[in-house]
Amino acid sequence: MDLNKRYTPQTWPDHPETATLEGKNKFVGFWLLLAAETVTFASLFATYLALKDKGPSGMEFSASGLFELPLVFAMTMILLTSSLTSVYAMYHMKNHNFKAMQAWLGITVLLGLAFLGLEIYEFNHYVHLGFGFTNSAFSSAFYVLVGTHGAHVVFGLSWFIALMLRNAKRGLNMYNAPKFYLAALYWHFIDVVWVFIFTVVYLMGVIG
Amino acid sequence: MSSNSQKKGFGATIWDYLTTVDHKKIAILYLISGGFFFLVGGVEAMMIRIQLMKAGNDFLSAGTYNEVLTMHGTTMIFLAAMPILLAFMNAVSPLQIGARDVAFPFLNSLGFWLFFFGGIFLNLSWFLGGAPDAGWTNYASLALASEGHGIDFYSLGLTISGFGTLIAGINFLVTIINMRAPGMTYMRMPLFTWTTFVASALILLAFPPLTVGIFFMVFDRLFGANFFDVTMGGNTIIWEHFFWIFGHPEVYILILPAFGIFSEIFAIFSRKRLFGYTALVFATILIGFYGFMVWAHHMFTVGLGPTANAVFALATMIIAVPTGIKIFNWLLTIWGGNISFTVPMIYAVAFIPSFVAGGVTGVMQAIAPLDYQLHDSYFIVAHFHYVIVGGVVLAILAGTHLYWPKMFGTMLSEKLGKWTFWFFFIGFHLTFFIQHFLGLMGMPRRVYTFGADQGWDLFNAISSAGALLMAIGILILLVNVVMTVMKGERVGNDPWGDGRTLEWAIPSPPPFYNFAQTPLVRGLDPYWIEKMEGNKEGMVYAEPLGDIHMPNGSFIPFVISLGMFIAAFGAMYHTDGHAWALPVLIGGLAITFGSMLVRSLKDDLGFHVTKEELIADNERIQREARALEGGKKGGLK
Ligand code: HEM
Ligand SMILES: [Cu+2]
Repeated sequence: MDLNKRYTPQTWPDHPETATLEGKNKFVGFWLLLAAETVTFASLFATYLALKDKGPSGMEFSASGLFELPLVFAMTMILLTSSLTSVYAMYHMKNHNFKAMQAWLGITVLLGLAFLGLEIYEFNHYVHLGFGFTNSAFSSAFYVLVGTHGAHVVFGLSWFIALMLRNAKRGLNMYNAPKFYLAALYWHFIDVVWVFIFTVVYLMGVIG
Repeated sequence: MSSNSQKKGFGATIWDYLTTVDHKKIAILYLISGGFFFLVGGVEAMMIRIQLMKAGNDFLSAGTYNEVLTMHGTTMIFLAAMPILLAFMNAVSPLQIGARDVAFPFLNSLGFWLFFFGGIFLNLSWFLGGAPDAGWTNYASLALASEGHGIDFYSLGLTISGFGTLIAGINFLVTIINMRAPGMTYMRMPLFTWTTFVASALILLAFPPLTVGIFFMVFDRLFGANFFDVTMGGNTIIWEHFFWIFGHPEVYILILPAFGIFSEIFAIFSRKRLFGYTALVFATILIGFYGFMVWAHHMFTVGLGPTANAVFALATMIIAVPTGIKIFNWLLTIWGGNISFTVPMIYAVAFIPSFVAGGVTGVMQAIAPLDYQLHDSYFIVAHFHYVIVGGVVLAILAGTHLYWPKMFGTMLSEKLGKWTFWFFFIGFHLTFFIQHFLGLMGMPRRVYTFGADQGWDLFNAISSAGALLMAIGILILLVNVVMTVMKGERVGNDPWGDGRTLEWAIPSPPPFYNFAQTPLVRGLDPYWIEKMEGNKEGMVYAEPLGDIHMPNGSFIPFVISLGMFIAAFGAMYHTDGHAWALPVLIGGLAITFGSMLVRSLKDDLGFHVTKEELIADNERIQREARALEGGKKGGLK
């Protein structure tokens, strides 16, 4: 692969992410990784459901008493929007419009950071109520499920930022296009997992 | 070694292996380290059998016995059997599909080093305050009560090596999906590649639940979480579910590649196309699929209720069907074949009755009410050793003989090989057959001793004697390896004379780029087809000779794994209140993530082997082949 080869929107392939064998391998491998991630989150969800509201006798916390929807609803909207902005970024990637891609990725990162800030605020709030990680089986399962998702958000954001900085000067080529594509795919996955967390943990939690 | 290939210094060779991304060298790394752990696990097995050889023995204390037993099982499954199978997968399956390397050579190396450091970490427990002692299944109610750091060594060591295995699984899946040579359709793939494929899919879906379970264990023991702590609302059965959702597929991760090796052997040494190739492929897929639906047969006595027990009992019995299909196909491959009883073939023939015996006891245990009697008795020990030793280990020994020439370019002695076989085979049945009866007589598994009045003395003594025979067999194998390496007699492309698949069409060991020109595959058993049509080159090509793109070596996989190894110590000792632990944890993670960042930011585009270099290398290969021929005829060396 020649990194110095210059592309124009006309010579740029329709699917740059799978235009090379390396790209194709990464593409398939990444989907498989997401399958493993899916099993991981499925295990965490199953555990959470098994341990929901379980704690030492006389525990004062329960999902219906603890969770409040407005904040997590805002978080959900922010993360969903960030998924949309990453779609715009990939749209521009496919059209070989590097500047626009970087701009939309920048917005995606900002939204991701906002989500993360709210999540930290939320955890902090619970801890101050006495609902810490070691409080009960319920709290452990909650923090590990939602926290694993949060760790994925951190990783996804770091990935975006690293890619954006690394390639800021040299623009798009066949070597980094698959990387941008996969980072965006990862971001969608994180988003889908959050939709499940919102439903299973918060909505079903508030309903009781 | 040929005169013209450059001799490397010792240091350079070590550095080469530390940084290699070549699947053939990684295979050798897997074989050596897996072989080393196999010996460690074997010593532990001998200690168990010495302790149990007579009633009331005090060779090991109760506590030490628990550690030895736990480490034996854990080592054999995670650090010996799986890595050795990964060695063959690495050595052979890219060649079988006509690929120049795996899809992710860098990750291949990372997978190995993670496994390696995880294994070392686990075994360091012996020197750092005591090994894990809650059994290889590490049930939470035992594990949470275990003092010291043994269990933490187990959890963290298996986490690290588990990541390595997961990476290897993804790598083989992508390799087989994307890197097959032109004409190598799925239904022309050799059976060993097929079983590699399905086993990799099982790795992909089975290891995450184990990792999740182990993370819970780490959080509970080191960070005050309450997943398994009943007094805090936790539930210890959650561990059992996760362990067996992983654990049952795991036994198929082990046995499927073993089936693959035997399938190759039956075809080669019967000089026949595999009987029922299509049925064998679909049986493999079915076994992989069912493998995920039977885990609770390990939990019949937990109290899941009659409905759950009935469903899982039936599902378990169904698995016996595709397995039976395979057995019949192998028998019919041998049937009417032109058989040569080489060492691999002897193992393959011996495997059939041994494994069937294990399958039969498996179906017995699948009868839930009967399992209430059998569970946690020596009957179970007999069952899984019949399938694992009679299946997986025999395949590993057979595969070592079969693929040794392809991996190293020399041939293990057939004569010593037969000695190994007989000692091992007789020893194996002597050790484990009688354990069925010990189980039926009521001897529980995992006990460190028994009383003279219980009537189990004689059978235990016989069992221990069998173990000694197996150990002798393995020692002979070691002698065989040393002698073969010392002699260094080179062999040609197809040392067994009857190779059928692509790996036998190229030199032993193959050049680092495997195929100077990508082969064109014209049917099942492509090399055999070309041989039968009198094609001297053994291959037709899908492309003209041209430059080849190859990946660069890298030291980063080693560093990433080392970082996790260091971080694990920090995580573990942090609970003891050592001031240095937290910095070690953070430092280790910084090494890992820092080197991942370096990897991601530094362009690594690989390099090209030019057409001229290929032509020159081909001349060298031809020269060596002629020298080999001449040596055979004229008796010169
Ligand atoms: C194919 C290779 C096989 C391997 C490697 C294997 C391995 C094992 C292992 C390691 C255990 C013991 C778990 C423990 O309690 O620590 C076990 C138990 C069991 N196996 Fe297998 N097995 C195999 C095939 C089968 C087959 C074909 C069946 C049934 C059709 C079967 C049915 C069972 C059952 C029901 C148990 C649970 C026994 C109990 O703990 O009460 N296995 N197997
Ligand atoms: Cu099982």
